[in-house]
Amino acid sequence: MEIPYTVKPRPDTGLYNAKVGIWLFLASEVMLFGAFFSAYILLRVGAPEGFWPDVATGWPHGLLNIPIGTFNTAVLIASSVTVVMAWAALKENNFPKFQKFMVFTVACALGFLTIKTFEYNEKFTHYVVRLKDGSAVTGHLNVDGHSPRFWTLQDVEEKKIEALKVEVDVPNKFRFPVGMKIPEAVHEAHKAGKHHEEKEFKVADIASLKAFVPSTATFFAIYFTMTFLHGLHVLAGALVLGYFAFLGRKFWQQHPEQFTNRIEVAGLFWHFVDLVWIFLFPVVYLL
Amino acid sequence: MIGIQYGITSLLFLLFGFLLMLAMRYQLAHPGQPIPLVGGLMEKALGEDMAKGGVMQADLYNAFGAMHGTIMVFLAIVPLLFGAFGNYVTPLQIGAPDMAFPRLNMASYHLFFWGGAVMLSSFFIPGGAAKSGWTSYSPLATMADSNFINGQTLWLVGMVLLITSSLLGAVNFIATIIQLRAKGMTWMRLPFFVWAQFVTAFLLLLAFPPLEAAGLMQLADNVLGTSFFLPTGLVVNGSKPDVSGGGSPLLWQHLFWFLAHPEVYVLILPAMGIVAEVIANNTRKPLWGYKSLVYAVLSIGFLAFIVWAHHMYLTGMGTKIATFFQTTTMMISIPSVIILTALFISLWGGSIRFNTPMLFALSFLPMFGIGGLTGLPLGFNASDIYLHDSYYVIGHFHYVVAPGTIFGIFAGIYFWFPKATGRMMSETLGKIHWFGSLICMNGIFMPMFIQGLRGMSRRMYDGGATYFGSGVGADPGVLRLNNAITAAAIALALFQLPFIFNFFWSIWNGKKVESDNPWEATTLDWQTPTPPPHGNFATEPVAHRGPYEYSVPGSKKDFTPQGQPG
Ligand code: HEM
Ligand SMILES: [Cu+2]
Repeated sequence: MEIPYTVKPRPDTGLYNAKVGIWLFLASEVMLFGAFFSAYILLRVGAPEGFWPDVATGWPHGLLNIPIGTFNTAVLIASSVTVVMAWAALKENNFPKFQKFMVFTVACALGFLTIKTFEYNEKFTHYVVRLKDGSAVTGHLNVDGHSPRFWTLQDVEEKKIEALKVEVDVPNKFRFPVGMKIPEAVHEAHKAGKHHEEKEFKVADIASLKAFVPSTATFFAIYFTMTFLHGLHVLAGALVLGYFAFLGRKFWQQHPEQFTNRIEVAGLFWHFVDLVWIFLFPVVYLL
Repeated sequence: MIGIQYGITSLLFLLFGFLLMLAMRYQLAHPGQPIPLVGGLMEKALGEDMAKGGVMQADLYNAFGAMHGTIMVFLAIVPLLFGAFGNYVTPLQIGAPDMAFPRLNMASYHLFFWGGAVMLSSFFIPGGAAKSGWTSYSPLATMADSNFINGQTLWLVGMVLLITSSLLGAVNFIATIIQLRAKGMTWMRLPFFVWAQFVTAFLLLLAFPPLEAAGLMQLADNVLGTSFFLPTGLVVNGSKPDVSGGGSPLLWQHLFWFLAHPEVYVLILPAMGIVAEVIANNTRKPLWGYKSLVYAVLSIGFLAFIVWAHHMYLTGMGTKIATFFQTTTMMISIPSVIILTALFISLWGGSIRFNTPMLFALSFLPMFGIGGLTGLPLGFNASDIYLHDSYYVIGHFHYVVAPGTIFGIFAGIYFWFPKATGRMMSETLGKIHWFGSLICMNGIFMPMFIQGLRGMSRRMYDGGATYFGSGVGADPGVLRLNNAITAAAIALALFQLPFIFNFFWSIWNGKKVESDNPWEATTLDWQTPTPPPHGNFATEPVAHRGPYEYSVPGSKKDFTPQGQPG
């Protein structure tokens, strides 16, 4: 006996096997991301006061780049539309049209990932510098004209740097953690309306130097974990959809119905990946 | 067949988990004395700091304890019930040629296998295997070891593999049951075993992802230095670790128990399914209250998701929340009692055949009963405050899983062995195995209730000798019970020998079955060729009636197979 309903739907459920499978898989994915969102809420509600990155509430605000995040949201939504159009093109028996839409979808996915990489890199080169007098600043470093990734105080000492140049973020209500004790000079730059102010700190005065990486604060830990996991899903989607777009012609010619089913199933997965981002973006960027 | 592969692998894990426990029991009864037979070997294999002079050190006790729990739950019982019996029997009972996604099934087995391999390898790395209990509470689990790659890290990697394996399995099972039921196999004609597997699959599908999330976060804590579960102001061994803090140890417990309570039903529902099949077959009567059984198992499936915090009464939750979880915990015991009652009533007036599978199934009932009833005092926080983390808890859940679930598994093995091999297992050896196991299981777990009620804590590597010896709660009676339990455990090991011998001997030399249906059973799994070929059925099966048409008045035989027309 052959396994039934691999292609044609079962009459009483109206579904073929893979469609049942993908819905179930997505249910478990909902629970996976649901757990991360719950963790986010619990960590945020329980964040202790009096600590960096936000002394008042324990949770930072405005450390992420909202315009870029918005743009990326638009990119994913667009890809969600085109993946449906690709599927519709198959229903019309028009493979070249399918290919066009699918390639666009994959391009969106890769675009999203590229932008995300830049965003990550911006964080890896962004630092919080704590001084021994108890004050602190954030900003990119300036070591021979660029900001290195993942440095700690140890790296500075090994390089025998005596004074560390920092492009200090000037406090304004979007760009700076609330309530942090800030060195005097930075205040003056703020009054002058500047966004950055290059300052030099004696290494001997620095208590600690940490990039915006997961171990620096719980906020970054959950931000990176959630967006990285989502990024992996985008990558997986891009690989699968890309495979169908570029190498699917033969399979389409031999089993058109099954191929259309596969696109439908992959499309459902892709919608889910977009949907996660639709929740992720407001929660971590905006709220 | 993947079901059989699963079965063999997980039976080996079951044996291994049992041996870990035997070594621990020896240490509890004779603290500080070298372990006989294997002590020297352990010192060589695991190093001096683990087993100096063949004596189990505290670290090793902790590692064995954590791994015993993990292996038994995730590598032995779940894969036996779900991977082995589920895979083998479910498609047969619904009249399907195979699982809906055979390749996914294979992938699931491979992930399981590698998850197990990673777990086992962790014994041999510096620092040894995970030592923070099968529950792996943070921050202990993050701070217990300082090596970069340590036992806990491998535990987490292993868990992520095992969880992924279970998720694939769950998707496959549900899709199979929804899509591949044979013609005429309506929902209310499904054997109860299939219903149990169906609900189990949903529990795995929806409860495991949160533990996967928690596992990934704890992995980040261990490897990347994040503080998901590390609170601000943490002090370890008198000094402050270099972490950002700001995390929440309670978050781990919530995510863990959100899985692990449904998980305990994963450990019991399929066993109930097996027992129901065996009982219907050997009482020669329809199951009593089939519909109430189905609705009960569905309500368990639903309620299992909202009781988890009864494992956390001592974490200082408010009384309102505690009341909620006490209420739901009491509610979930109702469907459990319905199932047990229905199975008991099924015995009434039957002409019972006392063969080995039936004996195991029959003893399942009171054993599960004891386990379930002792859960009630744990479900009320007033009494749980006293009982929590004591040997009483150990007694409670072992009654459910050891003489409960494991007896269900034995019943299933004796029952379906002839279908898989075409030969029967020896009844005489089977009965010796059953009788010895029943006595010894009770000899092991009954005294634990007494120890727990007298205040003996779990996870003490000298069995409480230091504590009770210090005069705080001087009660040597409790300590003497340790020796009795260990003796019973060794006897239990000896009584498994007839089973192991019987199993292998019968594969080649057992009595050949005379038909495809040696037990004269009704369900479709007995209407296949023996053993079932590729594609399972010789002709397309059709279900013409309910699953348990035994002793139908007016019919010539005392059973009417589901596939028999008319
Ligand atoms: C039927 C009603 C049941 C009730 C009311 C119940 C209640 C409880 C409660 C309240 C605890 C926490 C005790 C504590 O840590 O202080 C507990 C522990 C436990 N129960 Fe049950 N239970 C029931 C059935 C089961 C079943 C069917 C299983 C299946 C195997 C099971 C397995 C466990 C396990 C493994 C633990 C201990 C977990 C640990 O701390 O390591 N229980 N039970
Ligand atoms: Cu529980």
